[in-house]
Amino acid sequence: MRVRGESRSEPATPTILPLVLHEVCYEAGEQRLIDHVSCTLISRAFTMVLGPNGAGKSLWLRLCHGLIAPSSGSICWNGLEAYEARRYQAMVFQRPVLLRRSVAANIRYVLSLQAGPRRQRRALVGTVLEQAGLLELAERPARLLSGGEQQRLALARAWALKPQVLLLDEPTASLDPAATQLVEAFLQQISKAGTKIIMTTHDLGQARRLADEVLFLHRGQLLEQAPTAAFFSAPQSKEATAFLEGQLSWA
Amino acid sequence: MHEFTAAFATALHLIVQLDQALVAIVSLSLLVSLAAISLAAACGLPLGAVVAVFRFPGRRLVGTLLNTTMGLPPVVVGLTLYILLSRAGPLGELGLLYTPTAMVLAQCILVTPIIAALTRQTIADLHAEYDEQLRSLGVGPWRTITTLLWDGRFSLLTAVLAGLGRASAEVGAVIIVGGNINHVTRVMTTTIALETSKGDLPLALGLGIILLLLIFLLNAAALAIHDVTKRAYG
Repeated sequence: MRVRGESRSEPATPTILPLVLHEVCYEAGEQRLIDHVSCTLISRAFTMVLGPNGAGKSLWLRLCHGLIAPSSGSICWNGLEAYEARRYQAMVFQRPVLLRRSVAANIRYVLSLQAGPRRQRRALVGTVLEQAGLLELAERPARLLSGGEQQRLALARAWALKPQVLLLDEPTASLDPAATQLVEAFLQQISKAGTKIIMTTHDLGQARRLADEVLFLHRGQLLEQAPTAAFFSAPQSKEATAFLEGQLSWA
Repeated sequence: MHEFTAAFATALHLIVQLDQALVAIVSLSLLVSLAAISLAAACGLPLGAVVAVFRFPGRRLVGTLLNTTMGLPPVVVGLTLYILLSRAGPLGELGLLYTPTAMVLAQCILVTPIIAALTRQTIADLHAEYDEQLRSLGVGPWRTITTLLWDGRFSLLTAVLAGLGRASAEVGAVIIVGGNINHVTRVMTTTIALETSKGDLPLALGLGIILLLLIFLLNAAALAIHDVTKRAYG
């Protein structure tokens, strides 16, 4: 599988992992929203960023994706700046931003950003939609799909780019359990195919089901980074304990 | 009242009979306005989109200028163009004064700011929604502009139709640079002005009815396009 911008004759793209954050702060006005966060993500494991509302999860994800720059500190993807590494990543937002075109045209659009023969790209549209379970809806206007279908299309569109890292900002936050289940199944499929997923959520059940590793954020601070089982069985901070017990609903 | 009724009846008769003079005037009007709107759209759509998407010093000033020029006085545009195109003017050698081309230019100058300003607003709103997603996908600024123009196409079509309505109803500028010459530069609005001053109301009224109908149809089309596409594309 090739990464965006890479043609057949080019050498294989080096991995952009590990991701290293060093003393990252992000301030808006007088307020520090991300507070001296340092961490390293090495493996292709499924990383879940947990935390109550307002903990800074979405902001942290945008910083890693290079959509915003930190006020201080550094974010480094195996030697690349965050904005440089963006071409090897894809991000899906909490509210999917779909183009006002058909389902298939949304996939065609992102594939047109890549190098490669047009015929190959056309064939890929069908493959991607089939894997997302959207092939039958290919010619439907994307914006008229249900919430769950829209989110799956956003995921499929991101995945069509064959990113090394997929960043997901609470992709199931506004979905019902059935739609959530379909999205999770698709995520597991993507993860198994070798794409590293970094996802934010405040859904504990989802974190248990999907994650290999958990990062716990609270009030902009990274309080824990642990394997999922260890985090849920023996959280190290009182905030994480309170969060797991349902006593910490707001950062 | 009787005079008005008689004039109205004659006007309807002219329309129903497809009076040759009337048809010639309406055809030229449409030709001039459509040419003007095509040119204005070709300039105004990209201009509005560029101002909406690019960040540059003086961007706010350009936005204000665009909004200001939406209300350009037609007679001032006509007069300026007249000076430029007159034999002694800098563009006099082109020999465009009193030709339909000069009228196209006049209407284009009046309509371009309208299309550009409406485009700027539409594209700015769309850009606010798409910006993070497009940056995430690594879309460059020029591709961003074409993407936004395409995705905003139905809203922009209503902007263009609004411009067409304005162009069709324009009289001040085209009468100055066109000269209202029979069979050459006589369009609906200039004929209405002329025939009214001559006291020949039926032709003026007939043209007035057609003009109103045209503008009504344009607005109805704009509204219908907006509603239909909103339902079809969300």
